[in-house]
Amino acid sequence: MNKGNTPLNGKRRPDRAALFIAVFLAAIAAIIFWDVSRLAAIASYSRIGPATVPFVIACVLVVLAIWTAFEAWRGDFPERERQEIGPVVWIVGGLVAQLLLLKVAGFSIATGILFAAAAAGFGKRKLWITLPVGIALCLGVWLIFAGLLQLSLPAGPLEHLFL
Amino acid sequence: MNTFEFLLHGLSIAMQPMNLLYALIGVTLGTAVGVLPGIGPALTVALLLPVTYKLDPAGSLIMFAGIYYGGMYGGSTTSILLNTPGESSSIVTALEGNKMARAGRGGPALATAAIGSFVAGLIATIALAFIAPFVVKLALVFGPREYFALMVLAFVTVSSAFGDSTLRGLTSLFIGLALATIGIDQLTGQARLSFGVPDLLDGIEVTTLAVAMFAIGESLYIAAQGDRGPDKVEAVKGSVWMTAADWARSWKPWLRGTAIGFPIGAMPAGGAEIGTFLSYATEKRLTKHPEEFGNGAIEGVAGPEAANNASAAGTLVPLLTLGLPTTATAAIMLAGFQQYGLQPGPLLFATNPQLVWGLIASLLIANLMLLVLNLPLVGLWVRLLTIPKPWLYAGILLFATLGTIGANPSPFELGMLLAFGLLGYVMRIFGYPIAPVVVGLILGPLAEQQLRRALSISQGDMTVLFTSPIAAVLLTIAAAALIVPLILRARGRGEVLSQLAASED
Repeated sequence: MNKGNTPLNGKRRPDRAALFIAVFLAAIAAIIFWDVSRLAAIASYSRIGPATVPFVIACVLVVLAIWTAFEAWRGDFPERERQEIGPVVWIVGGLVAQLLLLKVAGFSIATGILFAAAAAGFGKRKLWITLPVGIALCLGVWLIFAGLLQLSLPAGPLEHLFL
Repeated sequence: MNTFEFLLHGLSIAMQPMNLLYALIGVTLGTAVGVLPGIGPALTVALLLPVTYKLDPAGSLIMFAGIYYGGMYGGSTTSILLNTPGESSSIVTALEGNKMARAGRGGPALATAAIGSFVAGLIATIALAFIAPFVVKLALVFGPREYFALMVLAFVTVSSAFGDSTLRGLTSLFIGLALATIGIDQLTGQARLSFGVPDLLDGIEVTTLAVAMFAIGESLYIAAQGDRGPDKVEAVKGSVWMTAADWARSWKPWLRGTAIGFPIGAMPAGGAEIGTFLSYATEKRLTKHPEEFGNGAIEGVAGPEAANNASAAGTLVPLLTLGLPTTATAAIMLAGFQQYGLQPGPLLFATNPQLVWGLIASLLIANLMLLVLNLPLVGLWVRLLTIPKPWLYAGILLFATLGTIGANPSPFELGMLLAFGLLGYVMRIFGYPIAPVVVGLILGPLAEQQLRRALSISQGDMTVLFTSPIAAVLLTIAAAALIVPLILRARGRGEVLSQLAASED
């Protein structure tokens, strides 16, 4: 059971998390409206221009935001499973580390760190095992994909040993 | 040339040694990845797209066809031996198949699934070859407004007609459509929603979005469930060969499943999973062994599995002839075509017949290879199911990011991958379907183009959209597909629809 979700026979309360979704949808609509106003200023001669379809999409998003808010208020959203934050932080952390290190450390080291972090997220916390395994595996992948299939995967100090 | 000659010509292309090799690599990779728990055909195709980047279009599409069919075969193995089907179209297979495996009849269950898939794939692929030219002729009379109406119909059926909520389906679709408007407008060259960021001018890559939503979103979701104990993989006991009784009980469900699955897949509307449910219901009604249903009835594996593969081939009819993807998998395949600047549709049959017919013929070959790969070698694939979760998902994330890096090694692209992964995770928590986002992203620009063409021909007159009889009928069906489920759900009859959920992942 998460915030505001009650069993079917219980009293239904507003679902705050779902209300945030409504706000999020309205925010996307607002961004599109802002962009549409800029495009409309450039103005095309016909009535149907590049701004038309985004404008319609934004209007529908506003309707969907109101509808979502309505359902959230009535507590109509389905029950949610309990989410553990720890594993999510591990994986997102791994992805961020890969993103930041990719250019500097090269594909194998950056992706090896992601590999170890993801394994940690799934309960395998022995980094002294997973990290070397991950880096070795990624180096193998790099040799196949960059070597044989000629994909442009960034090379770092480790890859330069093989170049 | 008639269809038969085209098909023979296609076979001669597909039989070239290099193309046979591509098909073999495709089916092997497709099966291997498709078998992995939690990976459905959509993700299989998205993850393996980078493997084909450097091939020529024909070789790449042939490999792709193998990956597509291989992913389908692999998924059924997973759902029989491990009760966590990777794709919703295999849920029904898991119902009876997993029970059979627990009762020590995993071998025959796998065999009937594999042979049923082969029979269905064979018949449906030939049906595809014979129907495609007719649809192409029909499509030639379609103008922009008819195409637009067709796409609206596909939007509605993919997002809101099935599944458990019209609201959440439509929200997913419109998130996809909103993302689709990012980048340079195709008709005027205006930059839209790109905020001066050069990386956004090209728009959002379908594969980046699909991989992020399916692979990263799913991994985050599974990880956040915490440790729920290991899943039990059923050992394949007994022979993989079926007894005479198994054959006698299987062949009719195969044919019925094919007859149900193919037309549903071939319709230019979403919801390819419906065929498996219909087939299951049919077999349950017709069986001579009703007591076995729910405890491992072989008909309950044979029929739905055939229906599944037949509708997978059927999906290629709207994809190849109209350029209309009706599932997330087809959307990613369309992205695979577009990376070579090829737009599937009636024109492709005229300008590139050797490519289209080579592709169709290689589906037949891939199907045969898969039968050989799956029956004797099934023990090998089963090993893949026992990979521990930490290694498995670490590997999935490795390959998910590999595809993005291979296509565009920029931190910005990886940032988008992360952002969409988080979006997919949040959507999963709240029960939003993923497929409509992917279909909206790839079909949105095409629908907008057709709409604006139609309206510029009519000089802005909106009524023109409804004055063509074909377009009017299609839009009426689309409106009905939107409104009828709303009424059904309001009256508390929504369970049937949520069972038919088209949430392919």
